[in-house]
Amino acid sequence: MDVFLQVFANGVMLGGLFAIVSVGLTLIFGIVKVVNFAHGEFLMVGMYLTYLAVTGLGLHPFAAVILVVPVLFLLGALTQRFLIQPLLAAGDHHIQIFATVGLSTVLINLALLVFGADIANTPPSGLRQPLQIGPVRVLLGQVVILGTAILLVAGLQTFLARTRTGRAIRAVAQNRAAAELMGIDVNRIYALTFGIGAACVGVAAVLIAPLYPTSPNSGTYFVLIAFVIVVLGGLGSIRGAFVGAILIGLIDSVTGFYVGADMREVAVFGVFLAILILKPSGLFGRQLRLSHVSP
Amino acid sequence: MLTLERVDAGYGATSILHAVSLDVRAGEVVTLVGANGAGKTTTLRTIAGLVRPTRGRILFEDEDVTRLSGHEMVERGVTLIPEGRQLFPEMTVRENLLMGAYRRAARGRQMETLGEVLDLFPRVRERLDQNAGSLSGGEQQMVAIARGMMARPKLLMFDEPSLGLAPIVVAQVFAVVDRIVKTGATVLIVEQNVFHTLQVADRGYVLENGEIVLADASAVLLDNDHVRRAYLGI
Repeated sequence: MDVFLQVFANGVMLGGLFAIVSVGLTLIFGIVKVVNFAHGEFLMVGMYLTYLAVTGLGLHPFAAVILVVPVLFLLGALTQRFLIQPLLAAGDHHIQIFATVGLSTVLINLALLVFGADIANTPPSGLRQPLQIGPVRVLLGQVVILGTAILLVAGLQTFLARTRTGRAIRAVAQNRAAAELMGIDVNRIYALTFGIGAACVGVAAVLIAPLYPTSPNSGTYFVLIAFVIVVLGGLGSIRGAFVGAILIGLIDSVTGFYVGADMREVAVFGVFLAILILKPSGLFGRQLRLSHVSP
Repeated sequence: MLTLERVDAGYGATSILHAVSLDVRAGEVVTLVGANGAGKTTTLRTIAGLVRPTRGRILFEDEDVTRLSGHEMVERGVTLIPEGRQLFPEMTVRENLLMGAYRRAARGRQMETLGEVLDLFPRVRERLDQNAGSLSGGEQQMVAIARGMMARPKLLMFDEPSLGLAPIVVAQVFAVVDRIVKTGATVLIVEQNVFHTLQVADRGYVLENGEIVLADASAVLLDNDHVRRAYLGI
């Protein structure tokens, strides 16, 4: 029983990690209706920035948030304003996919140029310290990640539901033309949303960097699972992404222990395919409405 | 208040309006009359900043607003209640109405305005906490009009407020429009029921194939042979 609890706890912790990476991706998709294939590279950039802040400036990773999150917000907002927005005007949905894939390649190669292919290890700064909670043992950093993921999800939901800007963001997602008629600057909302989505992955980067090695390909590893989770939870659903992330974390952990480590991805993608077939809109998804994207 | 000077406009390579000139003075109710495809909706959308003129000028309160976009026109006090309601379906009626007060000049007084607007639409008050998407067509139209008023606009434009509604609901929509007109609001309205609208409006313009062919006081247009034959079916 204790072993199962430990496996379960590992799954939940892994789920928290997946959740914190996925939240921004699903937000951007839900509002701007753009699949950001550079999301993983945003994470990678954030991890390198954390590495530099901790090793270069001697900051604690938590303090690095002050630097990393605003930079990532800007990166996201500028990506929307100068890469996606001109393409949205052109009206072709496929070009946006190529554009974000292109951006991802550019960022990976920039990282190779600046940092080389070697792994950069951010000092763990106490986050690797083990915690004994009843029968289970986890890392402090894992608990921090799970807690932050929960706060981030709850915070975003409240922001979208209760604030004027949050309502404006939802209005743009539901009816872009009507939002413009309310006096909402739609392009500004898109840039803001892209910025917030990128800032979320900035928060993730700060917490992941002390626990995992950073390399130009770091983003690719995390974000493949994030795409699975976002589809599983229902594209655009923040709550769905969180539930999906915990679910995938548990499947990964339980299969890894009871079936075999090499079967983890088989199980994860098996569940993913099953849900795609049985409920294509995802756990919390609504019917996708992309009608306003192409005339 | 509003002046269009020889405005050409259209969508992409298709030009729809040709040298349209018109004006609306403060406190006036003006209607655009014309067949389907004559360019009435395009005229309203051009004024609202959703379609950019290819030639000509638009002035609003002595400012050149020809190049402004939709949200900038709303900030200046021009609100369009669009054809087909265009509500936010997954928001409550209350949230839809509050979105109407997004305009900076309307934000501070949004609760006061909400009270005033709901006095005009008692049925909307009963539906405040329902999702807008769950309302009937007539109720949605009432919410769309109420939402437009939430902006406290200087110029309120209606595009086919009675389109697609049952006759009894059409009568309710007209009653609401009449009440708004009586408050002294400046209104530019496009409406398929030409006879009713000309009785409410001070003046009218007749649009044919994107050009203004007739402009006069409503009473004169109601007596005009061409208008009677083509638009009133008399």
